[in-house]
Amino acid sequence: MLKINNLHASVEDKSILKGINLEVKPGEVHAIMGPNGSGKSTLASVIAGKEEYEVTKGNIEFDGEDIDELAAEERAHKGVFLSFQYPVEIPGVSVTNFIKTAINESRKAKGLDDMPAKEMLKLIRDKADLLEIDRKFLSRSLNEGFSGGEKKRNEIFQMAMLEPKLAILDETDSGLDIDALRIVANGVNKLKNKDNAVVVITHYQRLLDHIVPDFVHVLHNGKIVKSGTKELAHELEKKGYDWIKEEVGA
Amino acid sequence: MELKEKLLSSFMVFEDKVDIDTYVHDIRNEAIKTFEEKGFPTKKEEAWKYTSLNKLLKEDYSVFPKQENAIEYRDVKKYFIYDIDTYKIVFIDGKYSSHLSQTTHDGMDVCLMSAALTKPKYRLVIENYFNKAATKDSLPSLNTAFSSEGAYIHIPKNKLVEKPIQIIHFSTGNESATMLQPRNLIVVEENSHVQIIERHQSLTSNPVLTNSVTEVFAKKRAIVDYYKIQNDNLKASLIDNTFLKQKQESICSVHTFAFGGKLIRNNLNFYQEGQRIDSILKGVTIIGNKQHVDHNTLVHHIEPNCESHQDYKGIFGENSTGVFNGKIVVEKEAQKTNAFQSNNNILISDKATINTKPQLEIFADDVKCSHGCTIGQLDESAMFYMRSRGIPEKEAKALLMYAFSNDVMNSVKIPELKQRITKIIANKLGVNLGFDL
Repeated sequence: MLKINNLHASVEDKSILKGINLEVKPGEVHAIMGPNGSGKSTLASVIAGKEEYEVTKGNIEFDGEDIDELAAEERAHKGVFLSFQYPVEIPGVSVTNFIKTAINESRKAKGLDDMPAKEMLKLIRDKADLLEIDRKFLSRSLNEGFSGGEKKRNEIFQMAMLEPKLAILDETDSGLDIDALRIVANGVNKLKNKDNAVVVITHYQRLLDHIVPDFVHVLHNGKIVKSGTKELAHELEKKGYDWIKEEVGA
Repeated sequence: MELKEKLLSSFMVFEDKVDIDTYVHDIRNEAIKTFEEKGFPTKKEEAWKYTSLNKLLKEDYSVFPKQENAIEYRDVKKYFIYDIDTYKIVFIDGKYSSHLSQTTHDGMDVCLMSAALTKPKYRLVIENYFNKAATKDSLPSLNTAFSSEGAYIHIPKNKLVEKPIQIIHFSTGNESATMLQPRNLIVVEENSHVQIIERHQSLTSNPVLTNSVTEVFAKKRAIVDYYKIQNDNLKASLIDNTFLKQKQESICSVHTFAFGGKLIRNNLNFYQEGQRIDSILKGVTIIGNKQHVDHNTLVHHIEPNCESHQDYKGIFGENSTGVFNGKIVVEKEAQKTNAFQSNNNILISDKATINTKPQLEIFADDVKCSHGCTIGQLDESAMFYMRSRGIPEKEAKALLMYAFSNDVMNSVKIPELKQRITKIIANKLGVNLGFDL
């Protein structure tokens, strides 16, 4: 589904990703871990199509197609979803209207008509229930005045609505208390199936207790320096990142 | 012949044609003298530093347009707020159009300035209010000299006017270039409440220059909500001079939605003549295409314990220019004044310009005054956020612009009007979001 080949990317001539190779197949859950500044969020943004980052070498394939030149919205229409570490506030646009627009624009891109209002309403209600979101919350301005936990839950709600093929969760656990973490993780697990895939980007092990990865990769200085199974995450939790830095001679 | 000379010589003809009421005649004569002395404002004047009328004044305007009434309601319906019942005072090329209007004399006067200026029963009102708020600056004086038609609204005490009043000026361009000088007088007596929507609309590609004066008098505890929709074509220019005199505990708001026209200058002046008054000035400007919009505001705090709130948002595209010049004067007696002003701007093109200037003159020592202005670009991270959810660039920009003007939109009290303005913005941005914000 996702195939990243020798990806190099930079921002304002500063090289951040220095040769990433990663393959994610349908049905898989991958975790990308690593110390601060290792390039985790950059990798997420580059996959989603943030224009500030320049791919200088290598490429990203999605479903066999090179997507490097596609705009962020075109990648979204193909089924790429990024849950933001810091979701943006948009006053005056309600959660409901925002997600309606997102869904109908995706449908438009696929040559479909708008989703009938009734169907949309039912879908919104079902997904809100799944994430234990209060209906009143849906008429509030997007992310405006939301707590950290509300913002993250809203991200996963949008993911549930858009049903992406590939979901990248960038530090979704930060700012969540233990109850919210459980709700968010449950939501992700319920949406998971054999045809879609999840990439969890995290600094800590705790989210991985709930969303169990098939593979764990350690990112350091713009490269994946170690890959393994979920046991690797436990090891990192216990020992920190320093031993890896030493191991790769950084 | 230069426009100034043409206007001066036309004045003689004009005074012959209209009524011979000596009271109004004297005011007009005084006004034309003032205009003759001062002439059109130039960029040398501080208040006109960023707005030049030079190009506009080169057109050969017809000062007394021929009457043209060939407008059918169905052709201009879209310029009205038609989904609710309203009073309408409609003018075509400066002349009253009875078939498009719906006026009343039932318990209040929603009618014509020409009637007020000439009929004896209005004489007292005219003596008390006509030209009592307008300044003696050159453009208001020019309007005063030629004042003959416009809206006249007089709401008696304790009256809640349930239907909004729409004042619409159409120009048909049956002459190559037209100059219009509408004059509105609005008197709202104690405890009364009225909502007014004003619009100037050119239906032609011929140049139109409108120099409008509106005087509003809000008595004790009166509430006046005034909305100006400025969405004219690229050949039409507007100089709007509006003056509001407020008595104690009155609340007056003016919302100015400036989306179109070649050049728009809004001279908006509030005078607080009593205690516990609230004055609200809000605006959204969205322009591009070499358009120019200048908001020049004045709030004069004369007595203690009053408030004023100014909030202007501007979005400027390709080759457009914006000006915001907000002046707040707090007199020595006006202690405990709360005066707030904010002007936020987004430039969406490298070729757009905004000049913003707060001007505070505070002579009292126990006041709260704040002002702030920002100039920025559309938030890149917000754009990426929306696009990553599948919302294309154009639609994402539109959503951000709505979000940006949300504070002002939210204080529009007529839902149908708010909806209409939202639609105008959507049209302007070329998007259809499928829902009303």
